[in-house]
Amino acid sequence: MSKESDRGEKMSMKNIYKIQLIGVGGQGTIKASTIVGEAAMKKGLNVVMSEVHGMAQRGGTVVTELKIGEAHSPLIEEGAADLLIAFEPAEALRALNKINKESFVIANSVPIVPFTVSLGISEYPELSSIFDELKAKIKNLSIINAQEIAKEAGSIISENMVLLGAAVATPEFPVDKDLVIQSMKENLPPKSIETNLKAFKMGFEAVKM
Amino acid sequence: MKVKEILTEKEGEKLFLLGNEAAVRGALEGGVSVVSTYPGTPSSEIGNVFYKIAREAGVYFEFSSNEKVALEVSVAAAAAGLRSFVFMKHVGLNVAADSFMSAVYTGVRGGMIVLSADDPSMHSSQNEQDNRIMARLAGIPLLEPSNPQEVKDLMKFGFDLSEQFKIPVLMRTTTRISHMRGVVNLGTVIQGKEKGYFKKDPSQFIVTPAYVVKMRKELIKKLNQIEEKTENSPLNKIIDKGGREIGIITSGSAFNYVMDVVSENNLKVKILKLTFSYPFPEKLVLDFINSVDNILVAEEVEPVMEKEVLAIIGKYNIKKKVYGKLDGTLPRIYEYNPDIISFGMAKIVDKELIKREKFSTKLPLPLRSPVLCPGCPHRATYFALKKTIKKLKLKEEEIIYSTDIGCYALGLEPPYNMGDYCLSMGSSLGIGCGFSKVTNQKVISFIGDSTFFHAGIPPLINAVHNKDKILLVVMDNRITGMTGGQTNPGVPVDGMGNPAPEVSIEKIARGVGAGLVKTIDPVNLKEAEEIFKDALQFKGVSVVITKHPCAMITDAENRKKGISIKYTINQEECTKCLICVKNFTCPAFFIEKDGSVNINLLLCDGCGVCVQVCPKKAIEVKK
Repeated sequence: MSKESDRGEKMSMKNIYKIQLIGVGGQGTIKASTIVGEAAMKKGLNVVMSEVHGMAQRGGTVVTELKIGEAHSPLIEEGAADLLIAFEPAEALRALNKINKESFVIANSVPIVPFTVSLGISEYPELSSIFDELKAKIKNLSIINAQEIAKEAGSIISENMVLLGAAVATPEFPVDKDLVIQSMKENLPPKSIETNLKAFKMGFEAVKM
Repeated sequence: MKVKEILTEKEGEKLFLLGNEAAVRGALEGGVSVVSTYPGTPSSEIGNVFYKIAREAGVYFEFSSNEKVALEVSVAAAAAGLRSFVFMKHVGLNVAADSFMSAVYTGVRGGMIVLSADDPSMHSSQNEQDNRIMARLAGIPLLEPSNPQEVKDLMKFGFDLSEQFKIPVLMRTTTRISHMRGVVNLGTVIQGKEKGYFKKDPSQFIVTPAYVVKMRKELIKKLNQIEEKTENSPLNKIIDKGGREIGIITSGSAFNYVMDVVSENNLKVKILKLTFSYPFPEKLVLDFINSVDNILVAEEVEPVMEKEVLAIIGKYNIKKKVYGKLDGTLPRIYEYNPDIISFGMAKIVDKELIKREKFSTKLPLPLRSPVLCPGCPHRATYFALKKTIKKLKLKEEEIIYSTDIGCYALGLEPPYNMGDYCLSMGSSLGIGCGFSKVTNQKVISFIGDSTFFHAGIPPLINAVHNKDKILLVVMDNRITGMTGGQTNPGVPVDGMGNPAPEVSIEKIARGVGAGLVKTIDPVNLKEAEEIFKDALQFKGVSVVITKHPCAMITDAENRKKGISIKYTINQEECTKCLICVKNFTCPAFFIEKDGSVNINLLLCDGCGVCVQVCPKKAIEVKK
C-alpha cells in the first residue's frame, strides 16, 4: 500500500492515470466512477470520464473510463489502463484488452449470470477457470468477495463502495483516500453513508498488494 | 454533487459535469427562459436535470409530445423575444425537420439554440446520421463542442450569436460528448425574462412563397456574414506542435482522440480545431492547408469537412494529399477512439507509434443483451398475448409483429420473438397499415404510451379511415421508460413537476373510431388473455391498452412505502417444467447447477406475475 504522501509524486511521474471500470447495469459502477472523478477534481487534477446510458444500461455490460491528468479523451487505449476495477468476474475477462501486465486489477468474485445462460443461448465460464486465467495474466491482482464484505458492512447495495475502497488501496492510486471519502459524502444519500463508509473501509483493508 | 448544484453553485467554482449537465448550466448562464424537448438518448439527461430545477431556476420547461412540437414551442418563445433552448437526439431532428428548415428562414428575435445529440456507433439509436449535414441542408450556424466545458461555454456564445444574426444556432454533440464528464469552471447564472411579447410581422413569420423568396435571400446574406465570424473566431484554433508535414483538421470528439495520440507519441504536427464549424471558414482552412504539406481530416461520422477541404483544394488548384475517410486512412463508419486514430495516423506519419501488448481470452463470455426488467409489465403483456395466439391456433408465420421505439421493442428477443419490423417513432402503425393492405397476414402493432402521443395518432386515424385490420397494443407503462423515466401527456404531471391533465389514450382511440377499444391491466393474465382473444378475432382496427406502471415506478413507490415482497419457489411442488424460465423469462429466475429452479432475491421485484404463470402453483411469497 502506498503512503498518502506518495500519491502526488506518483501522479507527476506518470502524467495520466487511466482507470477502467466494468460491471453490469445496476451495480453502481457509474456512481463509483463519479466519486473518483470528483475526488480527483478536489485534488486539483484534471479528470475526464466516459459513461454509458440508455439502451446499453438495461442489464448489459456497463463500462466507465477515467483519465486523471492532462488527457483530452476519456477513452482508454487498448492495453493502457493502469487500474481495472471489475465488478463482476466474467466482466474482468471482457476488459482484458484494456490492461497490460503492469496494470493493477481489483475483481469481484461474485458472478452475475445473465438470463441468456438460463435460456441456453450463451455460456458462463467456470468461475475457477476465470480466476485461473486472471491469475495467470495479471500479477497485481486482488480478487475479493465484495458481496460478502458489503453484507458484513450492513448492506449488499454497498458492493460498489467495497470495490472502490479496494481500488483506492492499490499502490499508485492517484487520489488521496480522504478526498475519496469526502466525495462519497457528497454523492451518496445521507441515510446510507455510514454503511457505505464502512463498506469502503473494509474494501480498502481487503487488498494486499 | 447534487443535481441542484448545477443551478446553485457560484461563479468561479468547479463542478464535475456530464456534457448534458453542462448544457443545462450553459443555458442558465445564457439567461434561458424556455426549454423544451422530447427525450432521446444521448440527450435525455438535459431534460432530467431541467425537470428537477426548472421551477427554482425560474425557467419554463416542458417534455413536449414530440420533437417537432418541442422545436415549435422554442421557436415561438424566441420569436417573442425570449432565449430558448430545444434539444433532442439526432433522429429527433428528423421529426422536427419540417419546422426546423423554415425556422431558419424566418429567424428569431431572442437567442435560440437547437441541440442535436448524435449517436455515432448507434449505442442507443436506429441510425448513425450526422446532423452536421442537417446544418448544411438548413443553412444554420453550427457549433461542435469537444468537452463539457465547451458545451457550457458554447451555450452562452450560441445565444449571443443567435441574437446578433437573428437566426437559430445548431449545437451538435455526440454520445461521447453528451456522456463525457469533465471539470467545468462555472460562470454566473443569469435570470431570463419571464414573459415575452410577440410583435407581429407577417413578412418575417409567414412562410408563404411571396415572403420566403425574400427570406431565402436574407438567409444567404446572413450565412455570408456569419462566415466572416467563423473565419476569425477564437473558437477555431490552431495548435502547433512544431512540424508541417501533416496538418490535422478536426472537431468534436475526434479532436480529443487526435490530441491524446499526438501528445502520447510526441508527434510534430499542426492541428486546426474547428468548433464554430459552419459556415465553413474557407479562408482559415485555406491558410492552414497552405501552411502544411499534407492534410488529415479526423471527424465523426461522415466525411463532411473532408469534402469541404477537397473542394477548397480543387477550387484553388492545390496539389496536396488529403487523408481521411475517403481514401481509407480512417474508417468510414462508426465512432472513433484513440486506437483508431492512432492506427490511421501510423499509416501517414514517418514515425513508429506506441503500440501496447494487450490481453485476450479464449473463454466464452456470457451474452448480456438488454432485457425487460424484472417486474416489467410488458413481459406480462407479451406472455398473455403469446398464450392467446397459441390457444387460437394462429400460426406465427401468419402474424406480422410491427413494433416501435421503446423498451417493448425487446419483445423481439426469444422466446417471444414479437418484433418483425421497426423503423422509427410511431412506425409500428403506419407499417401495420401497409402490411394490412398488401397481405392476408394478421398484423399486430406494439406502441408505448409516449410513442403513441409522439407519432401514433395520425397512423391510427389512417388505419381507421382506410379500413385496415390491425390489432394495436398500446403498452401504457405510465412513463417514457427507455430514456430513464420522463413524464408524457398521459400522466398527471408536466415537465415543471406541476399537476397536469392526463390525456386518455382510450378516448383518443374511441374518438378516431377504432372498432374495439379495451384497457386492461396486463399483470392480470387471465383477463388479458380474454381481451386479447376478442381483439385478435376482431375484423377491423382493435386497440388494447395494457396499462400498468413501469417497474421503475413501482419499485420506487415500494421503496418509499417500505414494502418489500419477494417470491420464492417451493421446491417440493416444482416439477422443473421451466415455463417460468423459458417461456416467461423473468431475469430473476435461474437454474441451479443441480437443475432446480430458483429466484434471485436481489432481482425479484415482487410483481407476482410468475405465480399466475406457474402451472403447479409452486411459486409463493417468501416469508
